[in-house]
Amino acid sequence: MSSGETQSVNDYQQRKWQHIRKLLERSGPFCHPDFEPSPEILDFIMSCCKVLIVGAGGLGCELLKDLALMGFRTIHIVDMDTIELSNLNRQFLFRKTDIGLSKSKCAVEFVNKRIPGCKAVAHHCAIQDLDEGFYRQFHIVVCGLDSIVARRWLNGMLMSLLQYNDDRSLDQSSVIPLVDGGTEGFKGNARLILPGMSACIECTLDLYPPQKTFPLCTIANTPRLPEHCVEYVKVIQWAKENPWGATTQLDGDDPQHVAWVLEKAQERAIKHGITNVTYRLTQGVLKNIIPAVASTNAAIAAACATEVFKLATSCCTNMNNYMVLNMADGVYSYTFNAERRPDCVACSNTTRVLELESNATLQTIYDKLCEDQAYLMKSPGITTVINGRNKTLYMASVKSIEERTRDNLKKKITELGLFNGAEILVADVTTPNTITIKLKFDENIDVDMTR
Amino acid sequence: MASPSPKSPEQNEKSKQYDRQLRLWGDHGQAALENGHICLINANALGTEIIKSIVLPGVGSVTIVDEKIVSEEDIDSNFFLEYSSKGSNRASEALRLLLELNPAVQGHAVQEPPDQILTENPEFFKSFSVVIASSLSEKTIQDLSQHLWDLNIPFILCRSVGFLGSLRIQLKEHAIIETHPDNEQVDLRLDVPFQSLADYLNRFDIDSLDLKDHGHIPWIVILYKAIQKWQITNPNSWPMSRKEKNEIRVIIQEFIRKDENGIPINEENFEEALRAVNTALLPTFLPVKIQELIYSSSATNLNKDSSPFWIMCSALRGFIEAEGKGKLPLLGVLPDMTASTEHYIKLQNIYRAQAAMDAEIVYRKVQQIVAQLHCESISETDVKLFCRHTHDLYLIKGSCIATEYQLGGPVAAYISRYLEEPDVMMVHYILLRAAEMFRSEHYRAPGDWEPEGDITKLKICVTKLLSDISCSPFPKDDHIHEMCRYGGAEIHSVSAFLGGCVAHEAIKIVTKQYKPVNNMFIYDGSSTNTATFTF
Repeated sequence: MSSGETQSVNDYQQRKWQHIRKLLERSGPFCHPDFEPSPEILDFIMSCCKVLIVGAGGLGCELLKDLALMGFRTIHIVDMDTIELSNLNRQFLFRKTDIGLSKSKCAVEFVNKRIPGCKAVAHHCAIQDLDEGFYRQFHIVVCGLDSIVARRWLNGMLMSLLQYNDDRSLDQSSVIPLVDGGTEGFKGNARLILPGMSACIECTLDLYPPQKTFPLCTIANTPRLPEHCVEYVKVIQWAKENPWGATTQLDGDDPQHVAWVLEKAQERAIKHGITNVTYRLTQGVLKNIIPAVASTNAAIAAACATEVFKLATSCCTNMNNYMVLNMADGVYSYTFNAERRPDCVACSNTTRVLELESNATLQTIYDKLCEDQAYLMKSPGITTVINGRNKTLYMASVKSIEERTRDNLKKKITELGLFNGAEILVADVTTPNTITIKLKFDENIDVDMTR
Repeated sequence: MASPSPKSPEQNEKSKQYDRQLRLWGDHGQAALENGHICLINANALGTEIIKSIVLPGVGSVTIVDEKIVSEEDIDSNFFLEYSSKGSNRASEALRLLLELNPAVQGHAVQEPPDQILTENPEFFKSFSVVIASSLSEKTIQDLSQHLWDLNIPFILCRSVGFLGSLRIQLKEHAIIETHPDNEQVDLRLDVPFQSLADYLNRFDIDSLDLKDHGHIPWIVILYKAIQKWQITNPNSWPMSRKEKNEIRVIIQEFIRKDENGIPINEENFEEALRAVNTALLPTFLPVKIQELIYSSSATNLNKDSSPFWIMCSALRGFIEAEGKGKLPLLGVLPDMTASTEHYIKLQNIYRAQAAMDAEIVYRKVQQIVAQLHCESISETDVKLFCRHTHDLYLIKGSCIATEYQLGGPVAAYISRYLEEPDVMMVHYILLRAAEMFRSEHYRAPGDWEPEGDITKLKICVTKLLSDISCSPFPKDDHIHEMCRYGGAEIHSVSAFLGGCVAHEAIKIVTKQYKPVNNMFIYDGSSTNTATFTF
């Protein structure tokens, strides 16, 4: 090692990194087979390794601190949110005077100051605002998000960076490992995803609990729970009465809006003999609030940081590959090998096939994309190529196109020019890429062979 | 624009700040936390990470005991020390940076070694809700744990070395009323309906209901009617076997209305009734663990120092033996089910009213006991809370950490059982203990300077520990070697993981909600495994 490199290591806030050095400069009986102890590993972490943290919330704050204290210096962190009072019970890099400021910027400023030499960089924007070139620069991405859609988008982005050799084998140099953490109350999970090699977010969509929804008829006709009353005001009464005018959307963060919903929900509750409609419950339903506490976040973020450290240094084998942590009854953890889906939309290098009957309508395809465990899309836009020209079959995201293509949903797909073996291109908020899906008509059905 | 909302029952600032955690332990849990006083001994990275996650949610106060001067190595892995902290007292520096996290928390720094406090001012520890310590010597561990055991102050001892960590909770006796189980018991009493429930259920005649009402009666009514019909041919019995349950299902199927073509109409409430056959037919019973509680000597031999928990357990026994006819007070919770608002609310109110009556009886019994014992009164709210959770009451009776250091005791036998077919997590425990023994003998961590030379010395410690608990030595030195490789290093992310866990357990103890680890937890960051042992 040259003296210049040694200097850069020691410069890092004059810390000597004695603790980490012991792990990185000594060999042990349980080391990764490829591990060769050397001072250069610490030098790599400090001078070369680039890590991206996605989310500067409960997990992100912890991750930034953890990684900075593990020797990482070039850490980027992206978050579009600003600081709120309700963050302060766990997002420990923020103070009351920071409320309203950018989370990523505040977090970076604090850590760079506390640990001089740390060169964290903030990106105050949505993950969708950053392009392939941005994501490609990182060695490792670690993700602490509360949104499943954003997680899926990020997963899709890392999968789209994968390159394949001529023999269809994976080009290992295009793999950017993703460490993903999530918490809900006293429970959490940490997992490691090696894109194209181990199970990705889309492979394991069934691990996410289904979203709790209330049937509209219950809300409207047979309310029984306080939640039903709040949902009624949110879904039906707000749009009917428009208390702040037709252009004002219900905002769960606006105390006056919450107070209005609370009052109306209480009226409805009293009318039906339902009790316990409170402010806290009302806000919880309106904002779909997930409970969160500092301790669970700290533990999950730390488990993720340990995996990032192992990835960057090879000092130890990584977890394989999904850990669940439950801190409600004692502290219990379970690590298992989540398996890849051979036909995964995001990470398999194969064409997706959608089986359906030949007399199906476009609505059938749309519903399958939303409901099938393999897709679970939010509002897929469907296009196809006919005679070399793009044709939009249905797209809900742009109002004018939605209106123009709405009638297509009722039409049979064969009327729209689709056939057995035809390919449709699907875009959705859950993925940065357009997904190609091949249609396969079910042969057991008497096929109306128009082609 | 003028506000369309005349009254704005906005939450106060504190409720907003703590909103996300209040949904987990409630305002009463928060109040308990704000009355809590945590003592931390040694502000290393593990210690400050623990205090961080206790200060953030708003504990009342923290006291940090640490006489050491901040060294360069301390700053390496500790976020709550700055480079400028070097040379200052570690307790004061860590406290200063930790209190920034939450101005509502009070803090004190005590610049004395714990041994000195133990000899000169042992009363010092009396005022704490929980004492948390790490990096203690073998002797201090034994002295302190015994002292806190005698004072009946909860104690958490933790360790973080390399990829390994442990936390050991010492609780003499810890009663939890709100355990927050994942799946709460349902208590519907269909086998032994109380009067108002029986009256309500008997009022229905499923066949005479109009179609709309037919699709809107709660499944509880359907199931009850099916059982009644079944009992005509099976008098004085209750459907228990798979065959009998299937007979109930057939009866429910027969209840379902048919359309003009004889096709059954899809009625969600009847579907729910069919599904409930599996779960809701369990006869009402008194759980064994609750029986043990109410007949334990703490509940039967009350005195004026008895805790409110035992007084309530005694009152509960009185209720069960008399008015309750062998059953717990009614839970009074009706799960959501397809039903019209009217039917559901009516049924819900029947359960709630009975639960309130049961709780009232228990409360009167509590008042009688309190009057007899001349002890402090217990509020009606507390008794109601207790009655609401009698199905899931939980008691931990722990052991003193010092017993782990006694030869030939039950703990030694327990540990050796796990080492026969070596449970690697128990091996980690032995290694953490051996490293502590090494430190007492050599005044440094094993492998502190260079790993290979210390392997033999550490092996002597391991062998001694193993022979003390009548175990043969480990066949291989790999774990000993690994511990020497660590050289006493404190890896930040390992301490941060454990710090989150320890803070979490301390909060459970202070709020008396959720079950804490009982009582030894081991973490291996290299394999991402955890294990719990009960010493």
